[in-house]
Amino acid sequence: MYVAVKGGERAIDNAHAWLAEERRGDREVAELEVAQIREQMSLAVHRVMAEGSLYDPDLAALAIKQARGDLIEAVFLIRAYRTTLPRFGASEPIDTADMACDRRISATFKDLPGGQVLGPTFDYTHRLLDFKLAAEGEVPPAPSTDAPAEPVPHVTGFLNREGLIEEAPADDTPPPDLTREPLEFPADRALRLQALARADEGFTLGMAYSTQRGYARNHAFVGELRIGAVTVEMEIPELGFAIEIGEITVTECESVNQFKGSKTEPPQFTRGYGLVFGQSERKAISMALVDRALRWEELGEDNVGAPAQDTEFVLAHADNIQATGFLEHIKLPHYVDFQSELELVRKLRREAGASDMKEAAE
Amino acid sequence: MMSDEAGRKDWMGLLARAKPGRIAALLEGAELAEPVTYLRAPEIGSVMVRGRAGGTGAPFNLGEMSVTRCTLKLAGGAVGHGHVQGRSRGDAEAAALVDALMQGAKAEAVRAAILAPLHAEETARRQARAARAAATKVEFFTMTRGED
Repeated sequence: MYVAVKGGERAIDNAHAWLAEERRGDREVAELEVAQIREQMSLAVHRVMAEGSLYDPDLAALAIKQARGDLIEAVFLIRAYRTTLPRFGASEPIDTADMACDRRISATFKDLPGGQVLGPTFDYTHRLLDFKLAAEGEVPPAPSTDAPAEPVPHVTGFLNREGLIEEAPADDTPPPDLTREPLEFPADRALRLQALARADEGFTLGMAYSTQRGYARNHAFVGELRIGAVTVEMEIPELGFAIEIGEITVTECESVNQFKGSKTEPPQFTRGYGLVFGQSERKAISMALVDRALRWEELGEDNVGAPAQDTEFVLAHADNIQATGFLEHIKLPHYVDFQSELELVRKLRREAGASDMKEAAE
Repeated sequence: MMSDEAGRKDWMGLLARAKPGRIAALLEGAELAEPVTYLRAPEIGSVMVRGRAGGTGAPFNLGEMSVTRCTLKLAGGAVGHGHVQGRSRGDAEAAALVDALMQGAKAEAVRAAILAPLHAEETARRQARAARAAATKVEFFTMTRGED
């Protein structure tokens, strides 16, 4: 129960003024520019774009600055801003086979057309703090090699040729949109993928990890992970044809999962899919594993009662803005609610006390 | 007609992908601007970006991107459409103006002063990334294998 109370305005104004001062920090230290956050905290920017579900690096960087680096607060700011924008339409589905890959690796095939391209990865770093970064200094340019343009086909295509992996046939059913219709269950795969693409990275990672530890184990390999730029096309009604409206960086993960076959499907490899705004391979791999676990029903697998198989459990708790909104609201005044609880506990204690005294007397 | 459409698609895409501020800066330097009438004043909005399950399957909504669009008309009647990524009204207007100018007598001048530099900048940017990626390609070699 909520009751309007007055009297906090001055305290609130002053709290916000202090927040602004704390955000600025020590004035002896130079103030961060939004462009510095965009360029040098780029993976934080990517996470805010992915979970904020709006691709705009400048806005995400601004949100991070405003939120003092609290990424969930920054996601909240982006989600709120997003609702103010008129929607011009939906793009054609992006063609990830046509990606300009910064990184492309496969854990299932060593030699593959297009090669294993490591890209700007933390893998194989020693995870030792680099104190040189605490000092000023320019970074030498990274080595480059003349790159003959070479197609980089999807790895699952090779397995498809032998019929050893389930196919993902093209289909043009317009997808449901959870930003327009409230999330309802059962949720089809398109809706699940939308929810997972904007889901909290930590939650998605935890759910994916649970499948690896044995809760609905699905034996995932990273068939392919690719990060790079794709162009986005949209049909423009006034023109009568589609044009490119921009270029975005995305991370895509295709998991290849062992599958013994079921009543409806032959033994073959099955697939999980992850696609995320920005460079975010932890999230993309997690998404692919969770997507695969949630597909148990359509593949005719048993529901072993694992959390990662429970669509409602996963999707209803994956959104960090919904979650934090509900979680944090309990810190706001609940004086009247609590007053009635207090009355109830006092009453129960009086009754318990009375019966104790009665028992003692008997 | 087809090739006109293909050409227009190309330049509209190039304009959409240009770095913020570039189209307006090139246009200003070229002194090609003309008086215009807005049919749709620059407007910031979003486009829902879609992907496909498994890369090739059924479409799903991945998330939105910010886009700014503008439609204007030149005194001669040419209508230009601009759609640019991001939230720059100036760029959307400049893109629409370039699109309109490309349909008239100034097309070659606009191509040389605006489209060619944008294309060169984008190509250089893409090649620089591709060359860095290529330098991180793993060259496997077998060390020793077998028992002896």
